[in-house]
Amino acid sequence: MPGVVRAKNRPVREIHYGDRVFAGILKIPAAGLALLLLSIAYFLYRAASPVIVKHGWAFLTSSTWDPVRDVYGALPVIYGTVVSSFIAIVIATPLSVGVALFLTEIAPRRTGRVFGFLVEMLAAIPSVVYGLWGIFVLAPWLRTSVEPFFKTWLGFLPFFSGPPYGVGMLAAGIILAVMITPTISSIAREVFSAIPLQQREAALGIGATRWEMMRLAVLQSSRRGLTGAVILGLGRALGETMAVTMIIGNRHEVSLSLFAPGSTMASIIANEYAEATTDTHVAALVEVGLVLFAVTFVINSIARLFLSRSGNR
Amino acid sequence: MSAIMEVSGLNAWFGAAQAVKEINLSFEKNTVTAIIGPSGCGKSTFIRCLNRLHEEVPDARAIGRVLLEGDDIYGRGVDPVAIRRKIGMVFQKPNPFPSLSVFDNVAVGLRLGGLRRASILKEAVERSLTLSALWDEVKDKLNAPGTSLSGGQQQRLCIARALAVEPSILLMDEPTSALDPISTAKIEELVTELKKAVTIVMVTHNMQQAARISDKTAFFLLGDMVEYGETSRIFTAPKDSRTERYITGRFG
Repeated sequence: MPGVVRAKNRPVREIHYGDRVFAGILKIPAAGLALLLLSIAYFLYRAASPVIVKHGWAFLTSSTWDPVRDVYGALPVIYGTVVSSFIAIVIATPLSVGVALFLTEIAPRRTGRVFGFLVEMLAAIPSVVYGLWGIFVLAPWLRTSVEPFFKTWLGFLPFFSGPPYGVGMLAAGIILAVMITPTISSIAREVFSAIPLQQREAALGIGATRWEMMRLAVLQSSRRGLTGAVILGLGRALGETMAVTMIIGNRHEVSLSLFAPGSTMASIIANEYAEATTDTHVAALVEVGLVLFAVTFVINSIARLFLSRSGNR
Repeated sequence: MSAIMEVSGLNAWFGAAQAVKEINLSFEKNTVTAIIGPSGCGKSTFIRCLNRLHEEVPDARAIGRVLLEGDDIYGRGVDPVAIRRKIGMVFQKPNPFPSLSVFDNVAVGLRLGGLRRASILKEAVERSLTLSALWDEVKDKLNAPGTSLSGGQQQRLCIARALAVEPSILLMDEPTSALDPISTAKIEELVTELKKAVTIVMVTHNMQQAARISDKTAFFLLGDMVEYGETSRIFTAPKDSRTERYITGRFG
């Protein structure tokens, strides 16, 4: 019979040695990377243990950072990290979602591609270049225009009081916002493009305007994915070092004012590791690193969880 | 019988490719019109021109006259959004909004229209779900997500969503092509029921379906309307040889 192939022999299950060897070889780097992660955590813990033993939990709640007397409290840098990243998220989230909506729903395809490429190139600018831009452009502008404006109109709030330095928490937050916008917007874009066309047509079909269509069909069904995108951006902001170190002002102090200089976990390590002469000073910096490592690890895990579940909604 | 929608000289393009050519057709009140034809014959494009959804596709355009109760929906200054609110549409694949509950999926069109009163919304949702023969199945799970229903139920939910705004005409683009035979039978039964309340235009690739439930049938081929007439006549005594060949299954 034409078109019908009959097996003459029973198929013999062959052993493909090449496949087995290759699979074995691939296991080595895979296991190696997992081990590397654990060993970094272990190294940080061991190197930090003198300070962990000496200060215990007080390390996280005390504000004094005095290498001369060997007293270390990380509260101001934890506070600085949280606040600068929070400012970044508050600015970058609406900006990124807007950019992603524009690129997927409004811009003609070619414009979208060019514009999207440019936005993603923001992520390719070296951190130190952002720092320079921050020092020479952003900070003077904040000092002479933005901060006096906020001080005049919202100066009764503690966040907008105090002298406008330019360099400080607000400047760091803004720089971070620019730096994480490509991260959030490109993930948001993926999330939006994964929404089936039928959803959009359903909205248009019942007489939704373009904006109502975006709200109904796009934004509402991508809440999980967007949450994941923002948390990933947050993870980036928490660990960002160079630009922040250059512009945050590096003062070890908890201040409510956003105009005041501060420091973050990453910036204090970058600033002090070179001049850390005593073992406990080094250990204290390593413990800051350990805290930062743990926080970003948890944040990123949460983001992955949100993003992996966003697909089946 | 009065025509609720009259189409004359309708042409539609995707870029440079013409998908629909010079269609003249009118739909009478409380009838079911089936649009049949092989894949790519322009039947979906045609129906999507009737509520101006076609033009939402990049590079797509349409010209012609489509009178809805006497007013040209392609007239100057006519807002397509306002047109779509007056015309219901049901798609090939059930597409309830995944983030909305059963209730909200039905109420969404009314809410877009600015209706906020809970009592009115509740009434309209119950009425639409009853019309689409879904009320008894979902009345205890109105707050469950729309996507938690079965495929056939989701499609009836989409019909209820379209009916909620009391459209004068309901467009259905192969509404059963993604459904199993039992759900298909339910939708067909429903369509026969619904024509008492609303005029229905339905694209289908299933000729038996067209023969079972439609009053009028139009046969499309390569963007042209080859033949139009009473369904019983089209399927028993087609005038055009191409229609005959299609309905006897010799191509398409």
